[in-house]
Amino acid sequence: MTKYIIRRLGFLALTLLLTSLIVFAVTQLLPGDVARIVLGREAGEEALAAFRETYGLNDPLPVQYVNWLGNFLSGNWGTSISTRTDIFPTVMQRLRNSAMLAVVTLMISVPLAVILGVIAGLNEDKLADNVISIASLAVVGLPEFVTGLVLIELFARRLDWLPANSSIRVDATFAEALPMLILPALTATLVLLAYIARLTRAGVVEELKRPYVRTAILKGLPRRTVIVKHVLRNALLPTITVIAISFGWLISGLIVIENVFNYPGIGRLLVFSIDRRDLPTLQAVTMITVLGFAIANLIADLLYAALNPRIRLD
Amino acid sequence: MTSNGSSLPTQLSPPSSRRSILRELFARPASALGTTIFLLFVLLAICGPLLAPYELNQQIYSDARQAPSATHWFGTDNLGRDVFSRVILGARDILTLSGLGTLLAVLSGVTFGLISGYYGGLLDELIMRFFDSLLAMPALLLALLLLGILGPAVSSVMIVIVVVYTPIVARVVRSVVLSVKTKAFVEAARIQGESLWRILFREILPSVLPALAVEASLRFSYAIFLVASLGFLGVGVQPPSPNWGLMVNEARQHVSQLPWALYFPAGAIAIVVIGVNLMADGLKRVWQGGTVGK
Repeated sequence: MTKYIIRRLGFLALTLLLTSLIVFAVTQLLPGDVARIVLGREAGEEALAAFRETYGLNDPLPVQYVNWLGNFLSGNWGTSISTRTDIFPTVMQRLRNSAMLAVVTLMISVPLAVILGVIAGLNEDKLADNVISIASLAVVGLPEFVTGLVLIELFARRLDWLPANSSIRVDATFAEALPMLILPALTATLVLLAYIARLTRAGVVEELKRPYVRTAILKGLPRRTVIVKHVLRNALLPTITVIAISFGWLISGLIVIENVFNYPGIGRLLVFSIDRRDLPTLQAVTMITVLGFAIANLIADLLYAALNPRIRLD
Repeated sequence: MTSNGSSLPTQLSPPSSRRSILRELFARPASALGTTIFLLFVLLAICGPLLAPYELNQQIYSDARQAPSATHWFGTDNLGRDVFSRVILGARDILTLSGLGTLLAVLSGVTFGLISGYYGGLLDELIMRFFDSLLAMPALLLALLLLGILGPAVSSVMIVIVVVYTPIVARVVRSVVLSVKTKAFVEAARIQGESLWRILFREILPSVLPALAVEASLRFSYAIFLVASLGFLGVGVQPPSPNWGLMVNEARQHVSQLPWALYFPAGAIAIVVIGVNLMADGLKRVWQGGTVGK
């Protein structure tokens, strides 16, 4: 297991290194002079030269990259161009908010999706399965902002149960934020639900066809025992991987959803930094999101390996 | 790798002709519905200007902020633009942008996938590691990073679609190439001294087509999704384009007074995305020879 963890960690570091190279390279593609873009049209020649000097824009590219990466790793993320504040604390605050939303979403969506998937799988091609499968096919393709706006119309405007706007204070506590988290989390749940449920269903259907299930039933075990003790234990293993895969969807989804609900998370900050052409913030947000995504994947992989010893052999 | 989960349908066999694909799509109710919706929207995209009662950005101040009526079927927005006309004209906007983007992504994905799979070795390793690190970013994050650099424009959205989907298409193509390149007919072509071009595009490409068709239709439905989402976030195509996502974004400020300006474009997105999804799902079943996939 230790060897496996070390190998996975090495792989993670390599991926992150490559991604950081891409993020850096892409920012170099920026047409025109970075100093000019940052300081605006009116900036004088001296100001431009000073800016280039401060930010090391005169250094050769590899040097710039190494400096940039070093600064990032030491938490020195610079100053936002649009708000003139330190980027690091801002990003950390927003990251905490996004994490709260993600946790609430996962707590609602994963159990619900697994239950629905198992019900569908155990009733293959019967009514319950068809209803769940068709509903999930319909929901899975809908953009998050459409689902979000429908939920706002329903639960905020018509029923007046939940707030339509989730613009919490940036440093609100979890308890304070919770009522505002429910509607965005439900929106994200709809996106994940269909996806996880469909793959869970496939796992259950496949497992039910295995010979050992027939053996267990033929030797007189009650169907309930067979399903709970044997089928689900095997069928739910891949679900962990599925949940890990869906982190990518979750992050993409949350970026949009935070903007639908005006929730001050990392996704709002991302779109804000693009609107203001705030490159340092854009880079920092991208890097931290990729890092979060990679770590989530790593945890899921390790969990999967811990539960399934076979995987460690290859 | 655990991002952008795309299945790799390698064991696919092509149906005999184009007509049979359509017939099979219409054999199942779900895919028949999806295909019908898709074809209707294509029709809208082609004949939109003939059907729309008003011009795209024609502002009728006296009619501004009106509820749906006989003169304005979907009502008017706060600038006095006819929502029905804009929704119809928006079909061309979103279908051409996502269609063209997908086509370019497929072309570049096929090229990279063929080269990578056929040559193998260091080149393959370099291309695939590069694509892996692109896929290590959630798709929308990569899209937003690129848009942040390129700035909001139609051409930027096109580039985004190509960059985001090329790695996925290339991976599918490569996996098929790896499975056929050692087959006898490819060996034979090589021994006969056929040109590399011929071997790649005439001998290997046909085996790739079924998996490619499925992947392309999936990519197309995601591209519509992506273009609409970027429009909604206000970082993609810019006003006064009739992009449905952008229309939804613009209508949000007035949603309590003018809900129709939001719900009709949002409904259009929902219908077209579900339609294309059902069609893509149907295509997958057709190319898989009738067996039900996951």
